[in-house]
Amino acid sequence: MYVAETIEEKAHWNIGSYEQAQREFRWEAAAKELGFGTGEPVNIGWHLSDRLCRLGLARKTALLWEGGDGRERTYTFDDLRVLSNTFASHFWRLGVLPGERVCLFLDRVPELYIGFVGLLKLGAVVQPLFSAFGEESLLTRLADAGTSVLVTQKKHLPKVRRIREKAAHLRHVVVVDAAGLALREGETPLDLDAEPSSAGFPDFPATPETPSVLHYTSGTTGQPKGAQHVHGSLVAQYLTAKWVLDLKGDDVYWCNADPGWVTGTSYGIIGPWSNGVTQVVLDAGFSARLWYDFMARRRVSVWYSAPTAIRLLMREGLDAVREHDLTSLRHLASVGEPLNPEAVHWSREAFGLPFHDTYWQTETGCIVISNYPGMPVKPGSMGKPFPGITAAVLDPGTHEPVAEPGRVGVIGLRPGWPSMIRGYWRNPEGYAKKFGNGWYLTGDRATRDADGYFWFVGRDDDVINTGGHLVGPFEIESALLEHPAVAESAAVARPDPVNMEVVKAFVTLKPGFAPGPDLELEIMNFVRKRLSPLAMPQEIAFVETLPRTRSGKIVRRVLRAQEFGEPVGDLSTLMED
Amino acid sequence: MDDLHKTILDYVRREYIEEGDDRPLGVTTPLITGGIVDSFSMVSLKRFLEKKYTMKIPDAEATPEAFNTVESIAKLVERFGAVKV
Repeated sequence: MYVAETIEEKAHWNIGSYEQAQREFRWEAAAKELGFGTGEPVNIGWHLSDRLCRLGLARKTALLWEGGDGRERTYTFDDLRVLSNTFASHFWRLGVLPGERVCLFLDRVPELYIGFVGLLKLGAVVQPLFSAFGEESLLTRLADAGTSVLVTQKKHLPKVRRIREKAAHLRHVVVVDAAGLALREGETPLDLDAEPSSAGFPDFPATPETPSVLHYTSGTTGQPKGAQHVHGSLVAQYLTAKWVLDLKGDDVYWCNADPGWVTGTSYGIIGPWSNGVTQVVLDAGFSARLWYDFMARRRVSVWYSAPTAIRLLMREGLDAVREHDLTSLRHLASVGEPLNPEAVHWSREAFGLPFHDTYWQTETGCIVISNYPGMPVKPGSMGKPFPGITAAVLDPGTHEPVAEPGRVGVIGLRPGWPSMIRGYWRNPEGYAKKFGNGWYLTGDRATRDADGYFWFVGRDDDVINTGGHLVGPFEIESALLEHPAVAESAAVARPDPVNMEVVKAFVTLKPGFAPGPDLELEIMNFVRKRLSPLAMPQEIAFVETLPRTRSGKIVRRVLRAQEFGEPVGDLSTLMED
Repeated sequence: MDDLHKTILDYVRREYIEEGDDRPLGVTTPLITGGIVDSFSMVSLKRFLEKKYTMKIPDAEATPEAFNTVESIAKLVERFGAVKV
């Protein structure tokens, strides 16, 4: 079934006609809109604040922030310009040099958004990390990046202090709400309201290839890898926000994603602000009524959400929607995992609008396949490649494009768009493995239909996509092995009606330990605290043995196939019990 | 405060609040919307309750709203606690 907007509506979409945009597309045109190559700075931080003030938007609201406790703050683009300068000056005085990694380990507080802009102005490489990460996840990422400064808040400081000695490169810990707190050596306060404001700051003269943001992403093997983004990514993030999210000057935009993940920076900071759009942030956990109330009060017009959140909203039913005036909404999009057709139909019924599924990865930096405003939505489909992106379904063996519709293969993208990462941090071998026959290999399997729409099938590796976040089995298994009762472990995906997949762990126990609900809960909480709530197994199966190859390697695919009710495939290489 | 509320409150404090985090926590403190317990962690809290009170909370009833405060969680336990598994 197609859900089509009317032709009248189509005329108002930024992208206009998809087919025409694709035919005439040139990235240079978007770069020109941003003033690249005309002597204007390339620095993303400057583009998100100073440039907008220069364009006459100084008094326009950049950020409307609400905390879960009822606190509210409003910042204009001029506030953002001055406060990001103030932030940059503070870190310059701390001796932070361009290229140094500075970690933002913060909830969705204003300092996260302002600090992101300020650190880019300074030329530092911003490393946002999800504040629910446990000690082990935090330490792994700080150690790999050689992070020299970490910015956090009081509630996360105990966690940071516990790993401080092991994070060898960490020179400073900056606390944004340190009032009344006894800080230790190497810890400094930063109160943006009390700091002497800097009207001007000499922005680092970034080129399009200057490193900007380091986001960590999980793979099947080894520890998470640092995806290295550059300032030139702005061109792609600006244009995809304009065309896919259809952001316009009078919009009020809400992106649900946390900037600890790439959606939260590409489309929770860079995309909307480079377009001069007001965005709203709610620093609170999920609640259907809270979200609807927030959108109604703030008159949100464009909403970028995730399938997990949409499925949770569906559970709450339509009554909760109808209690609120959500007539301000005009465009909805979703990212993180495939959007099931039911969610598209439900959003039509609930909001009078379909959610538009978008597809991309940490490595791509921007949306690469999408359903576009004005283009017919095929519910359940990923949509079509963004103009300027060459995407294909590849034969998994040869990496040659598959011509016939409906045949499953790996999604491949021709490298060369502005926001493609330039490598994994200190891991050139890992980066090289992501390419084959001249294509960037996404690791996602899909089909393409006769109309050119892509349809997601699944991952071609063992990475677990839970609630739109990728979790690596190796990291979970390593944490499990640190528990005194666990002898061996395997972590795989288990299907889940809300989160698409959740983590299920299979463990064998050391002598002297007996399986049972007490031990299961203890191990679950152990992993949650060490890694993160996302990585916590939601089920633990205590088993006698794990399937292994004759060379002794644990074969996760057998366990995963059992969970999904799929054929387990060739078992001839497995070790016999 | 009765035993049920105290048990839940103690568990939340022990498992989900960082040592040194001095935010006040009471039976009406928002846990989910307040960012203390997220939807993934809620699973371990549900598992604790089911184990402690030998009961089963249906997945459809384990909503963020139902788990948002110690008070609402206690109501859930009282409601399903009679259904032994």
